[in-house]
Amino acid sequence: MTETPAVRTLLLDVPGWAGHRAGQHVDVRLTAEDGYQAERSYSIASAPGDSVALTVERLDDGEVSPYLVDEVVPGDRFELRGPIGGYFVWEPDGAPDPVFLVAGGSGIVPLMAMLRHRRAAGSDVPARLLYSARTGEDVIYRGELAEMGAEVVQTLTRAQPPGWAGYARRVDVDMLREVAYSPQANPRVFVCGPTRFVEAVAEGLVALGHKPGRIRTERFGGT
Amino acid sequence: MGIVSRGFSGRGRGDDSGRLPPGQYSTDDFPVLSAGPTPHTALAEWSFTIEGGTQPVSWSWEEFHALPSEAVTKDIHCVTKWSKFDTDWEGVAVDTLLESVEHDRAYAVAYCDGGYTTNVPVEDLTGGKAWVAFGYDGEPLDPEHGGPARLLVPHLYFWKSAKWVRGLRLLDDDEPGFWETNGYHNYGDPWREQRYWGD
Repeated sequence: MTETPAVRTLLLDVPGWAGHRAGQHVDVRLTAEDGYQAERSYSIASAPGDSVALTVERLDDGEVSPYLVDEVVPGDRFELRGPIGGYFVWEPDGAPDPVFLVAGGSGIVPLMAMLRHRRAAGSDVPARLLYSARTGEDVIYRGELAEMGAEVVQTLTRAQPPGWAGYARRVDVDMLREVAYSPQANPRVFVCGPTRFVEAVAEGLVALGHKPGRIRTERFGGT
Repeated sequence: MGIVSRGFSGRGRGDDSGRLPPGQYSTDDFPVLSAGPTPHTALAEWSFTIEGGTQPVSWSWEEFHALPSEAVTKDIHCVTKWSKFDTDWEGVAVDTLLESVEHDRAYAVAYCDGGYTTNVPVEDLTGGKAWVAFGYDGEPLDPEHGGPARLLVPHLYFWKSAKWVRGLRLLDDDEPGFWETNGYHNYGDPWREQRYWGD
């Protein structure tokens, strides 16, 4: 399924899959005919209980992602290891604390798994997503986001469609102050995106009074 | 050999140096992996403490900096698959720190600002295998990469090289740390690809 020009979602049929938690990732291992192997980690996009969906962004200098985005066709097989990770996960565990999700680019993927899980579980925990993308064309899950039963606030940092009423700059402290639940509401916060983005968001939230222990982060890419 | 992935040729075969552990790829970047916000500790409030000996031993930032330090060049291997060759560090060898500590413990837990912990056997911290590093590439260690000081245990996956480290607790029994209780391998040898529970 094509999400954006650079992003594709793969629906996988994994024999013996024992289920996963929202926010976990898997390791994908590709093997060439001469035995050469390459491994990378990808977040799971689907809700627990659904089959495994991976949403992958093509990195121009990547080795595995161009294959997954451009080459793989239905019926192809590759190895999967997982699910992995027990910290960057969210479950409706009865706590009433609201959930604030902050996504930069394809950092939306594990957060989408949480929103899908929340919707599927019928959870009434308040949830709010702040999603930063470069342009309207780069927004992943564009249609589905409006149907999540969560508040979704978007910022488009590079170009905005005509009539755009949302934010049009990088996430900063002022934006976080306007969009995030107040620290008094004691939200659980999950931030995922490129390193610079996550650093800026996490620092901004701490500056606004959010407890560092309530902020869970996942970063990708170099510095 | 695993299932052949139709149409995948790969392009990473350049490394025949024998320096790349299984499943890793080489990068010139220095990616960041942290579970939460980056802590910022003022040097005036920083100290490094070793607990679990006959008595706790503690160094202020100034005292720590007065200890003999070493420049070391090491390959590092992150469990998220990247490896970086020839990284330049400056730090105090854990051997040097333990000269001031009388103990016969076999295990250690490193603890950090922000609450992170990781466990390492004492024998993997001694014998010139581990440092408390405060310099990287000729500069003070950036907070994002663990400054003011991080543990450096380059022969294990890099999550063992705890950022923002503030001390070691020496123990008789092994005590899994943060990632070790969240699905990651207790020991973490990259050459045996000990990434996760069950490896």
